[in-house]
Amino acid sequence: VLARLWVWAVSPRNPEQKIIKRVIALEGDIIKTIGYKKQYVKVPHGHMWVEGDHHGHSFDSNFFGPVSLGLLHARATHILWPPRRWQKLQPVLLPERTPLLTEQE
Amino acid sequence: MFQDVLGKTFRLLGYTLQYGCIAHCAFEYVGGIVVCSGPSMQPTIQNYDIVVLDNLSRHFYSIQKGDIVIAKSPSDPKSNICKRVIGLEGDKVCTSSPSNFLKNHSYVPKGHVWVEGDNLRNSTDSRRYGPIPYGLIRGRICFKNFPRLINFDEPLHTLLHFSCWHICALFIWMILPIKKKSWWRWGEG
Repeated sequence: VLARLWVWAVSPRNPEQKIIKRVIALEGDIIKTIGYKKQYVKVPHGHMWVEGDHHGHSFDSNFFGPVSLGLLHARATHILWPPRRWQKLQPVLLPERTPLLTEQE
Repeated sequence: MFQDVLGKTFRLLGYTLQYGCIAHCAFEYVGGIVVCSGPSMQPTIQNYDIVVLDNLSRHFYSIQKGDIVIAKSPSDPKSNICKRVIGLEGDKVCTSSPSNFLKNHSYVPKGHVWVEGDNLRNSTDSRRYGPIPYGLIRGRICFKNFPRLINFDEPLHTLLHFSCWHICALFIWMILPIKKKSWWRWGEG
């Protein structure tokens, strides 16, 4: 299950760039956006909604919309470098960023 | 005797790993053989045609307008689509179907391509789901001249999709160790 995980994907705007974001919502979920052209978005089939934790300064789905699942490459599990930031990336969702309606449960 | 068998088993595993890595790198970065299905690219590509896919052009970003590409489906990441590239980023494309009297045009956004099947009347393509991100493209079809094989059933050709060369690589792996003398000596004990 992908929800709440950090993923590594190809950027839909620039195929040479890889982006690491948190998966906020999956297909069928309804999400309230921050700065997107539509305030409420239902994530279409085969897509996901990704966001960086630093809203407003993040190049994420609030900028380019839902991301196709085919662009997903891998899951980010740990921060290895620098050593003082060594940690396991937890699949946690901030309460204000949970989907309004989720189809999964 | 037991050490002999163990040694040969390890050597066999070594060969499998070696050829498996080479095969995987070849299919991932160089190209492969693909079985196409569906009517959306007729008459250019017929149902069950076998084509050669070139992945290098995707990695070097040299996909041109007019190329036939294989890409992951935007609505189902587990399936693939085979369409022709009509417009690259920044191009102006006609988004309405040929039967519409009023033509709508739009520009292809950055990092996306507009794809359409050659059989416009029977093709689900960008006119339906919009431009697809360049990152979904897997490769460009560079050669299509293989004779049509026997008709496969629906579930069978899905299985063969993208695994034709894997089967060939396994076949080569099975033949090559037989040519080595140590394999023949195994039978002599």
